[in-house]
Amino acid sequence: MLWRRLRQFGGMCRRNGLLLAAVACLAMLYFTALFAGFVSPYHYDNEDRTRSYHPPTRIHLFDDGRLTRPHVREYELEFDEDFRRVFTPVEGVRHDLRLFVRGDSYSFLGLLEAELHLFGVGDEGRIYLLGADSRGRDLFSRIAYGAQVSMTIGLVGVAIALLFGLLIGGISGYYGGWIDTLIQRSTEIVMIIPGFFLLLALRAAFPPDWDSIRVYFFIIVILSFIGWASLARVIRGMVLSLREKEFVAAAKVLGASDRFIITRHLIPNTASYFVVYASISIPGYILGESALSLLGLGIQDPHASWGNLLQEAMSITQIQLHPWILIPGFFIFAAVMSYNIVGDALRDLLDPQQEVTTSL
Amino acid sequence: MIGFTIRRLLIASVLLLAASFLTFMMIQLAPGDYLAQLRMNPQIGDDVVDQMSARYGLDDPILVQYGRWLANLARGDMGFSFVHERPVAGLVWEHLRNTIFLMTMVILFTWLMALPMGIYCAIKQNQLADRVLSTLAFVGLSIPNFFLCLVVMWIAAEIGGIPVGGMTSAHHEYLSWWGRIVDIALHMAIPVFVIATGAMAGLQRVTRGNMLEVLRHQYVTTARARGLPEHRVIYVHALRNAINPLITIFGYQFALLVSGAALVEIIYSWPGMGQLILEAVLSQDLYLVVGVVLGSGFMLILGNLVADILLGMNDPRIKFGERGAG
Repeated sequence: MLWRRLRQFGGMCRRNGLLLAAVACLAMLYFTALFAGFVSPYHYDNEDRTRSYHPPTRIHLFDDGRLTRPHVREYELEFDEDFRRVFTPVEGVRHDLRLFVRGDSYSFLGLLEAELHLFGVGDEGRIYLLGADSRGRDLFSRIAYGAQVSMTIGLVGVAIALLFGLLIGGISGYYGGWIDTLIQRSTEIVMIIPGFFLLLALRAAFPPDWDSIRVYFFIIVILSFIGWASLARVIRGMVLSLREKEFVAAAKVLGASDRFIITRHLIPNTASYFVVYASISIPGYILGESALSLLGLGIQDPHASWGNLLQEAMSITQIQLHPWILIPGFFIFAAVMSYNIVGDALRDLLDPQQEVTTSL
Repeated sequence: MIGFTIRRLLIASVLLLAASFLTFMMIQLAPGDYLAQLRMNPQIGDDVVDQMSARYGLDDPILVQYGRWLANLARGDMGFSFVHERPVAGLVWEHLRNTIFLMTMVILFTWLMALPMGIYCAIKQNQLADRVLSTLAFVGLSIPNFFLCLVVMWIAAEIGGIPVGGMTSAHHEYLSWWGRIVDIALHMAIPVFVIATGAMAGLQRVTRGNMLEVLRHQYVTTARARGLPEHRVIYVHALRNAINPLITIFGYQFALLVSGAALVEIIYSWPGMGQLILEAVLSQDLYLVVGVVLGSGFMLILGNLVADILLGMNDPRIKFGERGAG
């Protein structure tokens, strides 16, 4: 069943170029997140304060009109007539771009220490594919590490929201009575506060100076706390309608156990809804984390997430002087858009009757 | 219908009170409070902080504090903001007004743009115009509001001429009556555009889908067969039925907008609810946080209520009082 669906999805990808691009984009982002240490030339906290807001380095293929190894130029800090800092490339001083170089050490998949990086220019120069931030840290490396936070928060968050939504919604629909009333009223209380305000109020309940790992899990918990309420209501409705279905009654009459009915009848009938729900609500989690981190309430420096990378772009003058600090936003955009495209395609494929909505 | 409205408002206010209790608990249970921050300030003596604590009753058990807050609320007093040194009610109302003002413009703009776009796309289904507009709508739906806001602000700053933050200029007080309106309108241009982009995209897609579905119905074919002009078939016969589900979206959209707009408000420094809650949360200004949560919940209820009433006005088949509070 799962295999057939996967093949159908593969067929859709072949027919629909946009969908294929979205799947490829997600695959690339998750690959980057998984191998962030390897893909990025520097450690996320490797700073060089003499190169604050270094512009993106161009990769040159020609030197003196002759084709050579790809290389980057050394940049020199100067001041223009308005005493603004300008980096200008120095003719002649070049750093060759090499593949598989040794550099900052990182832990590979959290298991072993490694020093090998996909590319780099050695110790003499610096390569800034997407420019540098205020402390001269490589934005590309920080975006790669940021993907670890931003791309996983949705997956884990949806999983937790689904778990609680299923459990609570299932209990509510199955038992009915005062338990049902109690649960329904509590979902209404959660749903009556607009998502963003609930998010901030929940965040206020915990100290602002937690370390990033705890904040990461905590953000997931509060985002799923906002997500479970609407889900629990939908699941309750599904359980109520499924309970009345003839094939469930038939299975009961035939003496099937509750476990059999749940695993063979209820789950297969609702699974497609959950897949669509997950793919459609993940962008909400990505955006929620970005929003919190953007406001300085989420992942804290020196750790990176796409939201807190954008923090420097909160000042328009900074964007005007160093437009590349907006780049992390494009990654958020790409991830959200890809998930939306995939979610749409899954909805077309699995066609759940209910309208899937998200709360953020 | 009046009975229905009152019943809905009653249920909603009970829910809001429960939400306020939840918020109150959350913030009180949080380690540290506003006074702890004052204590860190070497210029403020401990005795002053103790005095403040006694004055606001912050030493009492949480439930006593909540009870007192509730009793004050019944008298229209929502507590006192430590940071702003003003009553919360006035603060919330001031910011709520600005947010509602912004929202009204956003919703007006959204519906005026999205409905014709959706209808047009449905009529020209799968033609070039439909493809282009639908793709644009999808991009608009996916682009994060806060990111779009930053990009648009950057572009506006480069071009010049449009203000890139706040609700009024520094010299607002000295402008004529007409000049003030123009000033505020100019300041609204960016936030309205940014918030509307996302909202518009969703509405356009749903309008198109509904329209396509309704146009397949037999009564549309009948209307055409009877020789009615095409514009009558589309705008009178089909549109009224296609719009029905959209009105439920209105309430839902209002909720989304309240949330989505808050972040844009913060980035753009629009003096609305978004800014207020961020400040309140950052400084653990207890009563202000509860006040803002109440205010934003109130807006959501208002949106849903307006949607229900509009729905009833548009579709006489819908009976009031049969649906829950949801």
